[in-house]
Amino acid sequence: MTDPKIPVTEDEIHAYVDRELPAERRGDIEAWLASHPEDAERVQSWRAMAEALHARYDSVANEPVPRRLELERLGRLPRKWIYGTIAATLAAFIVGGATGWLARGVAARPTTFQSFTLDALDAHRLYVVEVRHPVEVPGSERAHLQQWLTKRCGWDVRAPELSAAGLKLVGGRLLPGPSGPASFLMYESASGERFTVYTARTETGTTQMRYTSRDNEGAMFWADRGVGYVVSGGTDRERLNQVARLVYDQAEKSGG
Amino acid sequence: MSAFRQSVEAMIPALRRYARALARDADIADDLVQDTLVRALRSERLFLGGDVRSWLYTILTNLNKNRRRSLARRPQFMPLLENNPDASGTEAEGRDIARALATLVEEQRAVLLLVVLEGMSYREVADIQGVPIGTVMSRLARARAHVKASLESERPALRRVK
Repeated sequence: MTDPKIPVTEDEIHAYVDRELPAERRGDIEAWLASHPEDAERVQSWRAMAEALHARYDSVANEPVPRRLELERLGRLPRKWIYGTIAATLAAFIVGGATGWLARGVAARPTTFQSFTLDALDAHRLYVVEVRHPVEVPGSERAHLQQWLTKRCGWDVRAPELSAAGLKLVGGRLLPGPSGPASFLMYESASGERFTVYTARTETGTTQMRYTSRDNEGAMFWADRGVGYVVSGGTDRERLNQVARLVYDQAEKSGG
Repeated sequence: MSAFRQSVEAMIPALRRYARALARDADIADDLVQDTLVRALRSERLFLGGDVRSWLYTILTNLNKNRRRSLARRPQFMPLLENNPDASGTEAEGRDIARALATLVEEQRAVLLLVVLEGMSYREVADIQGVPIGTVMSRLARARAHVKASLESERPALRRVK
């Protein structure tokens, strides 16, 4: 009942239970547990937890697969029909969310540009959950989308090419911005991760790129010659930065 | 049927199990699986080899995150749990673990389920969630501590609002 020479960490105890620990260290953990009843009790409770999870949910994996999940059916069905069920489930929440969005009121606002970014984040949160109608014009009509948004917004709206970041254009829509129209573009990766690019007129001329986040969404924002850009998506700041850089570089090249 | 489709098909039972524990509602869970499969089939040509299993879990985890973002804007609902006072020992236990899962924040619940229920490695979970391994381990530790406390407490744990 001697302690191992190197003290055992919390992480190692988890790794021991999950069989992630190198074999040569397992003996040390076992010795440690033998002399630390509180840790041994925790290990015991984690194992009981694992058993309870399997007891509760393994039966789901043993059920026959419902017909609606058969691949052959899914491959045949038109896309719109497939999203029907889940879209219907979401619709109620989205309507609720939109009401909240419009009824935000005039709470104290830090700066116009900051609130502009929050508008963009709101739009991001509102539409990123949309399965059936995330956009008004699909990405397959890129030229038409750019032309339409440019005409309505009054500055050159270009949908940047983000395939270098593994993102494909889903499409875009026109939104009411803080002072006139705003363009809103949505991108998606093969695994369903979504990013949006929001642009609108701003009184702030040109600024550096900055970062802000709220709840579970991050955004990079900047202004360039009177047009504000907000790239929103997820909490992974490095990934967001990568996407925002691509947008920034392409806006720069096209001359804003 | 292509090898790709075969490996997707083989994963359906496990995806249903994970989705059920993650979403805690049978219909929503199967909607998530269905949407995951549709995306997988649609992206077959984008899939350049690699681990189909991890990829499917990644899609499902992302879809659920998107779904929950919309829920987060609404007042919290009571978890959808069966509440049968005459439940036998095993059923009562299942109810307790389901209720304990409901008290976890999304990322922690996903980590706990992927590691414990689906038997994925820390590395795989880190890739699925797009975070470093250290984050996976701290989420796992917090999830375990939280579920343990929740199972041990007499009264039903309060739903944590993020």
